[in-house]
Amino acid sequence: MNYIPNISNCATKVAGVLAYMVQYGCITHCALEYIGDFVICTGPSMEPTIYTDDILLTEHITPRFQRIKKGDIIIAKSPSNPRIHICKRVAGMPGDKVLVGFSSQVVPRGHVWLEGDNRNNSADSRIYGPVPQGLIRGRALCRVWPPKEIKMLTHKETQVLTR
Amino acid sequence: MKLTALFKSFLVGIPIGITFLDTVGYVARVEGISMQPALNPEAPVTDYVLLNRWSVRSSEISRGEVVSLVSPKDPGQKIIKRVVGIEGDLISTIGYKQSFIRVPEGHCWVEGDHTGHSMDSNSFGPVSLGLVTAKATFIVWPPHRWQTLKPEIPRGRKPVNMS
Repeated sequence: MNYIPNISNCATKVAGVLAYMVQYGCITHCALEYIGDFVICTGPSMEPTIYTDDILLTEHITPRFQRIKKGDIIIAKSPSNPRIHICKRVAGMPGDKVLVGFSSQVVPRGHVWLEGDNRNNSADSRIYGPVPQGLIRGRALCRVWPPKEIKMLTHKETQVLTR
Repeated sequence: MKLTALFKSFLVGIPIGITFLDTVGYVARVEGISMQPALNPEAPVTDYVLLNRWSVRSSEISRGEVVSLVSPKDPGQKIIKRVVGIEGDLISTIGYKQSFIRVPEGHCWVEGDHTGHSMDSNSFGPVSLGLVTAKATFIVWPPHRWQTLKPEIPRGRKPVNMS
């Protein structure tokens, strides 16, 4: 009967499992932070393109290199609450003229103009003004859920943009 | 065999390193004179500061702290400033388009200590808390400048509702 080797054996195993958890946790963190992630959408502001409970695949590479273009659907931190994320379409780049009510406004440097596709039911740049590009987290690539409606979201939907 | 082991340790080590820098903190060089005299007092000798990421994970910052944030004007640039006002504070501005401004929800008012030589909220207005990336807590280099950065508001810059 020799208990000591058993205990140390057990400790090595626990340490091994912990090390694996740290390793894979870190790899997951990097993938979600630098490559892309999945987001669940709630709210009506992007209908009819995206509905509540749709799951989107997003990538984080384009925003990191500031290659966001007009017409992209992006995920950004809400300007008024950093813990909430918003999903909107980029409707104006720096220098573009945008209409707010009856007046027009020029999007300042380093900002974007965000609008929901559901123009009548969307809290967007028309309420909180242009959004700094530094708040953009990701660009929506495609919808992966529900499975019946898997669809790329990267092409420009001009019928929504022109009005 | 040795090469695969080396490759494998790289594959695991790099994500662990990145995750550590992302969640705990890192050291960065301070450029410019905008934070004199707290930082870079003897320019052109530059200070290196410890940027604490862990303390801003819930986006809680208070008045007087030195924070680094993504510039609202240029998303590729990080700036370091002092938080002068948090949401709800009434700020008496220096050269902004309004002489008094109430800091909106989810925003803060940042200023460089070197008034008049700093590109700060007095030129671009209140900044969203989502742009704050880290809190500067310690000067790590040069050695004779070793010290913690204490939260303090420059004289005369207290929000109107505090004084």
